[in-house]
Amino acid sequence: MGSENAVAVEVSDLVKRYPKAPVDSVAGISFRVKPGEVFGFLGPNGAGKTTTIGILTTRIRPTAGHARVAGIDVVADPVGARRVLGVVPQQNNLDRSLSVRQNLLFHASYHGVPRGLRKARADELLSQFGLADRSDGRPDDFSGGQIQRMMIARALMHAPTVLFLDEPSTGLDPAARLFMWDRIAQLKSEGTTVVITTHDMEEATTLSDRVAIIDHGKLLALDAPAALVRDMAGERTLDCTVEPGRAVDGSAVQGALMRLAAVDRVEQLDDPGGAWRLRVYVQGDTAPLLAVVAQAIDDAGGRLTDVRLGEPTLEDVFIHLTGRALR
Amino acid sequence: MTAVDDLDVPALHSERVRPWGPWQTALAILRRDLFVTGREFPIFLAQVILQPLFLLFVFGKVLTQLGYARPGYAEVLFPGLVALAAVLTGLQSTALPLVIEFSYSNEIEDRLLAPLPIGAVALEKVVIAAMRATIAAGVMFPIGVWLLGSIPWSAGAAAGVVVMTLIGALMGAAMGLVLGTFVAPNRINVTFALVLTPLLFTGSSQYPWPSLSHIRWFQVVCALNPMTYVSEGLRGMLVPNVPHIQTWICFVAAVGACLVLTAIGMFGFLRRALG
Repeated sequence: MGSENAVAVEVSDLVKRYPKAPVDSVAGISFRVKPGEVFGFLGPNGAGKTTTIGILTTRIRPTAGHARVAGIDVVADPVGARRVLGVVPQQNNLDRSLSVRQNLLFHASYHGVPRGLRKARADELLSQFGLADRSDGRPDDFSGGQIQRMMIARALMHAPTVLFLDEPSTGLDPAARLFMWDRIAQLKSEGTTVVITTHDMEEATTLSDRVAIIDHGKLLALDAPAALVRDMAGERTLDCTVEPGRAVDGSAVQGALMRLAAVDRVEQLDDPGGAWRLRVYVQGDTAPLLAVVAQAIDDAGGRLTDVRLGEPTLEDVFIHLTGRALR
Repeated sequence: MTAVDDLDVPALHSERVRPWGPWQTALAILRRDLFVTGREFPIFLAQVILQPLFLLFVFGKVLTQLGYARPGYAEVLFPGLVALAAVLTGLQSTALPLVIEFSYSNEIEDRLLAPLPIGAVALEKVVIAAMRATIAAGVMFPIGVWLLGSIPWSAGAAAGVVVMTLIGALMGAAMGLVLGTFVAPNRINVTFALVLTPLLFTGSSQYPWPSLSHIRWFQVVCALNPMTYVSEGLRGMLVPNVPHIQTWICFVAAVGACLVLTAIGMFGFLRRALG
């Protein structure tokens, strides 16, 4: 189904301004998600992630712009769009009056999955998600991680082409988080397109084929996590610990390093009992520079005793783009 | 994976094998509500019957036997209590669940994400609430026979009584839709207290409306409560010798109120459901 559409999710010039709000929550966003891709939305709370997902899942009407899921316009044909999308929300919205198994079965019946197929699928998903032995329990009796699993299982009952997960690992313990990451990887391998929102850098890096960084309703960057990091110029560092040899103070060493062509700037960090700790910001790859830096330090009369290579992370990209940290 | 395995594992991306429209989805949702109502049927009955049962017992039987109410009062009261059971059960079956589902449990989201128009989700809520309310009103008849020995009844009025009861049930459900979608969750307790009691006592269920002509202001207040037309309509059909508002006026007013309340409730529902 998905492979026939060139695009799984298509958003163009999307704007949402809530009534009485002074600014747009989503301020003109455009992007495309390929079929079978895991697409991550990274941004702080209030950045517009949940609103964008809300529009794509037909729960929020956009002020302007277009949004299509599996080729279906979510504004013109919300009923059609709801057939092909699945949603795992941030908060527990399971049916408390039904057992886990009944939650899955009734959800499938809303979506017209024939009786025999929905029973088989429920059995399959319950065992896949480790819920089979407690499938007659009510949702209220389960932990947060288990609730999350139930909601993913429920969303998969009607075999959506695109699955939306809003902050899927918020409030989960590490084991539950890993379990969920595995499931998402498996879904991807089965060809389901997955769109997740997160404010967790590690989650965005690990799970996503591409990450959209969003803040104040605007799309700041969109690329594979590795490519986003690679494009960060001047943020590679060498943290050097230098012991005073012939030199009497660190400034001579600092000056020598500054004169190297590949070095942008040098900062003195703390001063741990006699040794100088210098952070050297460099251009290009760090490893080939090691020898040059060591030589320069030696020439200036210091002695290099320890060095750490610092590669930029998605967090650095985020700080660079937004001017502030996520958390 | 072998071909045999493929047959065993339900294919997640199989084509849908039968045509499926919003109607079927609405029916599937209704089936879920009937399933849950059915499973808790005794509790549901106790919940909805207790209030009219006590009203009928105290006002229709105790006060009459003690001589504080005239002997014929139970006959005047009974149709009113059928109306009360229909309207109040309808109201309670939509208002409180909606408030909870929209704010605390978010349970309604799975329906709002099902392939049917959002408005149909609201209409389904009204339909299931009206079904519950009709049952509650219907149960009043055997209870009336049991408590009072006999209840006013005429075979000729049966069809009209059934239709008016259904209208009352829908009216209550629509009122609940309005309340459940317009009232902020943190105010629902105070709103219920402020709405239910006046509704209960201004709906002409405990007295015939025309007899209020000496308390003009109260008569006007009662005329504004749409439940009055259900009470009066049922009273007119079941005990025609008691002064009552003309039946056709009752039908027109009750149906009109239903339509207006449903329209307002739908507006409120769409406002809550769509951002």
